[in-house]
Amino acid sequence: MSERKFKYVGTRPIRHDGVDKVTGRANFGADFDAPGMLHGALLRSPHAHARILSVDTRAAEAVAGVKAVLTGQELPKLQSMWMGGAEGGIDFRDIAENCLARDKVLYHGHAVAAVAATTPEIALQAARMIEVEYEELTPVLDLEAAVASDAPILHDDLQPIGATDPLPEGPTNIAGRVEFSRGDVDAGFAEADVVVEREFRTQMVHQGYIEPHACVARIGEDDQVVVWCTTQGGFAVKNYSAMVLQMDPAKIKVISSEIGGGFGGKTTIYLEPVAIALARKARRPVKMVMSREEVFRATGPTSGTIVRAELGAKRDGTLVAGRLSMFYEAGAYRGSPAGPGAMCAFGSYKIPNFYIEAHDVVVNKPKVAAYRAPGAPMSTFATESLVDELARELGLDPIEMRLHNAVDEGDQAPYGPVYGPIGLRETLEAARSHPHYKAPLGQNQGRGIACGFWFNAGMSSSANVSLHADGSAVVATGNPDIGGSRAAQAQMVSEELGIPVERVRPVVADTDSVGYTDMTGGSRVCFATGMAVIQASRDVVDQLRARAAQIWGVELDSVAWEDGRALPANGAEGDHEPLPIEELAQQMGRTGGPIVGKASLTAPMAGPGFATHLCDLEVDPETGASRVVRYTAIQDAGKAVHPGYVEGQYQGGSAQGIGWALNEEYIFDERGEMENPGFLDYRMPVASDLPMIDTVIVEVPNPLHPYGVRGVGETPIVPPLAAVANAMRGATGVRFTVLPMSPPRVLEAIDA
Amino acid sequence: MPKTHVETTINGEPQEFLCEPSESLLAALRDGLGLTGTKEGCTTGDCGACSVMLDGRLVPSCMVLAPEAIGRSIETIEGVAQGDSLHPLQQKFLEHAALQCGVCTPGFIVAAKALLERNPDPSEEETRYWLAGNLCRCTGYDKIIRAVLDAAAEMREATA
Repeated sequence: MSERKFKYVGTRPIRHDGVDKVTGRANFGADFDAPGMLHGALLRSPHAHARILSVDTRAAEAVAGVKAVLTGQELPKLQSMWMGGAEGGIDFRDIAENCLARDKVLYHGHAVAAVAATTPEIALQAARMIEVEYEELTPVLDLEAAVASDAPILHDDLQPIGATDPLPEGPTNIAGRVEFSRGDVDAGFAEADVVVEREFRTQMVHQGYIEPHACVARIGEDDQVVVWCTTQGGFAVKNYSAMVLQMDPAKIKVISSEIGGGFGGKTTIYLEPVAIALARKARRPVKMVMSREEVFRATGPTSGTIVRAELGAKRDGTLVAGRLSMFYEAGAYRGSPAGPGAMCAFGSYKIPNFYIEAHDVVVNKPKVAAYRAPGAPMSTFATESLVDELARELGLDPIEMRLHNAVDEGDQAPYGPVYGPIGLRETLEAARSHPHYKAPLGQNQGRGIACGFWFNAGMSSSANVSLHADGSAVVATGNPDIGGSRAAQAQMVSEELGIPVERVRPVVADTDSVGYTDMTGGSRVCFATGMAVIQASRDVVDQLRARAAQIWGVELDSVAWEDGRALPANGAEGDHEPLPIEELAQQMGRTGGPIVGKASLTAPMAGPGFATHLCDLEVDPETGASRVVRYTAIQDAGKAVHPGYVEGQYQGGSAQGIGWALNEEYIFDERGEMENPGFLDYRMPVASDLPMIDTVIVEVPNPLHPYGVRGVGETPIVPPLAAVANAMRGATGVRFTVLPMSPPRVLEAIDA
Repeated sequence: MPKTHVETTINGEPQEFLCEPSESLLAALRDGLGLTGTKEGCTTGDCGACSVMLDGRLVPSCMVLAPEAIGRSIETIEGVAQGDSLHPLQQKFLEHAALQCGVCTPGFIVAAKALLERNPDPSEEETRYWLAGNLCRCTGYDKIIRAVLDAAAEMREATA
C-alpha cells in the first residue's frame, strides 16, 4: 500500500457530540419521555430452575393505575431457529423466552410477567402481586454439574450443534462443540523437550456499562411502532423485536439514544418487545428502565469457563504442540462464545501441531451476551499463562520466546485463513524497547507480558453524505456511537471532501432514515462503516467534479479534486479558476440539484488485530491485595483515525481486563441466586485502583481498508487476564489458574 | 399519601415542585424537573453518575430524599457551564478525549469541580481517591485524571 499523506485522519479533533455530553444535554436511554407515557415493570423468577405451572394476574390487574399486564404465554410461540454468527449466534425462540419466560424459568431473575401502570412504583407493586405457581427443579450451577451424566436437563429438546462426534446421546446440556486441529498432536508432544499442563477457571463477569437498559415504545393509531432505546444496533432491535412479536419489521422504527456503554451487552434485546406488547395492550406509550440489580441478574454477562490446556516446546523455545479442551457457560440458552474463544486461542503463534475443542454448555444462570472479543480473553488466559511457564522453564525472556514463535504475514491462522500483513511482531518489538520493560521492579512486584488476538468483523453498513448549501456536510450512518466513532467518521468525510472536521456533522440515523447497518460491535464501525463513509464521500466528490465539469464545459476526467476545490486535472484544460466546495454547493440547485453521496456495502473480515500488554503488579503479602503499578498496552491499529479514541480503547479494555483478573466475578448461592448484584460487591476498578495506562499505537496498514484501518475496540481486553496473572507469578512465585485473583484467594495461595 | 411541597434553589434559580415523601432527589430532578443530565447508574450510591452539590457538598442524589432539598441549594451538571462558556473541566474533558460513551461524564465533572473548589492543586493520587466514587467503564480513568489535572493547572494560572 502506498504511503498516503493524511490531513485530517490521524488528528485529534473535539468530538461533535462532546459538548452535549459534558453539559448534560445528551439524551441517553432513560432520558426520553413520551406524552401520556406509562411505566413498565417486570416480575422476575425467585428460582434458578423451575417449571411455571400457572400465572394469575387478577390481583395485579385490579390495582388502580395498572393499564396492562402481560405474561410470556401471550407472546407468539416461536419455533427454534438457530442462526450462527461470528460472536456466538442466536435463536429467536430463546431471545423471546429470555424476554418473558413461557413454560420454564431458567435462572434467578428470569422475567416472567410484566405490568404497565401510571407510575413506576405502581407497576412494580402490581408486578409483585402476580401469583406464579412454580414446580421447583434442581438448578445446574456449574459446568461440571451440567455435563455430568445424571445432570438435570434445562432444555428437553436441545439438539447439539457443530462437531457432534463425541456428544452424548439423548437429552444434554451440551449445546454445541467446535474443534480445530493441525498436524499430529501426539507426535508433536513427543518431540517436545518441555510440556506444561494446567487447568484454568474463570467466573462469569459482567460488561458493566454504567447505563442500565432502557426504552420507550409507542404505538400509533396506524399500528406503526416507534421505539426509543439504548442499543448497539437499531436495526437489530427492529428485526429481533419483529421476530419475537411476529410483526412486519417495516412497522417498527427504532431511534437509538446516546448509549451509555455496551461492550457487547447491548447487542441483544430484553425490554423492547415487552414494552411494545404492553404499549399495544394499553394503547399508550410504555417506558421500561432496568435497575442495576436487574442488569446484573438478567443481562450480559460473559461465560464462566474451564480450560484444560497443554503446551509443548523445544529447548530453544520453539512451540511444537498444543492441546486445549474448553467448556464455556452459555447461561440459560445456547450461544456461549466457545467458538471464537477456540479460534483465537493459538492465534498469535506458529504451532505446527494442535488440537482445540470447545463446548457450549447451558447452565441455570443468565444467558450470556457478547462481551468485548467474546470468548478470547478466557482461552488466551490459559495459552498465554502456559507460554509464560514455558519461558520460565526454559530460562527464556518472555518477549524473546514470543517473538521466536510469533505469526507473520503468510502464516495460517488456527481457524483456517492465511494472515495478510499483521503487526504482532511489531507490538512485541515495541514492548521490548519500551521503558516499561526496563523499569526496575520493587519488592513484592512482578512483571507480566501477554499477547492477544481478535479477528474483527466486517459485515454490512450504509452511509449517506449530504451537502449543505454552504459547503458543509452531514454524514448519517446507522451505528450508535459508543466511543467516539462519529468523530472518526467526520474525519473521513473531511479527508475526502477536503473540508475541516468542524464543517462535517456526523449523525446516528434512525432505522427509517439510513440503509441497513449491522451493529456497533465486532470492532467494525471505524473499519466497515468507515469504508461506507469514505465511499459515500467519494460519491459526493464525483458529483462535485461533474458539476465543475459542467460549469467549465469540459469532460469529467479533466477535473481533479484537491483540498476542497475542483481544479483542472494536470493543467489539461487551460485557465479555469479553482471552484471551491462552497461555490459549487451554493450553485447545486441550478447545476443539477442537491448533492447526496450514498454507499452501502458488505465489508470483508477486517483483518486481525494483535496486541502485547505489559503489567507490573505489587502484592501485599499481609493481605493478598494487589495493585497494578505500571501498565502498557501496545496494539496494531492499522491506521488510527482519531488516536485519542484509539488510546481510549486500549486503556478501557485494559482496565476491564484488570478488573476481570483481580476482582470481578458473579457469586451465586447454592440456589443459583447471584449474591453480589450491585457495584459495591461486584467490584469493578475505580480510579484509585489503577495507574496511568500507557499506550503505543503500532500502525501496520490493513490492505482491506482504503486508509489501512483495523478494528481496535476488542483486542485490548484479550491480553490483560494473562498479563496480570503472569505478573502475579513474578510477584508471588505462584501460578494462579483461577480468576479472579482476589485478596483472599491470593493470601490463601501464598500462605500455602 | 399527600405529596410534599419542596421549595429549593437549583443552579441559582428558585424552584418548587411536588414529590412523594419517599422520592429520591435524583428522581425529582430527572422525572419531575426534566434535569436529565444527572444520570442513574445504580440507585445505591455506588457509581457516582448522579453526583450533585447540595449546599456545597458533593452527594449522590440517589441517596438524598427530595424533601431534604427544602430550603437548600442544589447544583447539577446543567449549572456548570456559564451560558455559552464551558467550565475548564468541561473543555479539558473534550480536549483530552476523557469521555467515550459519556454517561458517567456529568457525575465526574460535578465531582471533579467539587475537588478543585476544595483543593486547587491536587496530586494525581488525591484526584484518583477523590474520584474513586465515580465509576467509568470505558476509559480506564487515564484521560479523565489527565483532564482534571490539566483543568486544575489552567484554573490556577487564570487566578494567579
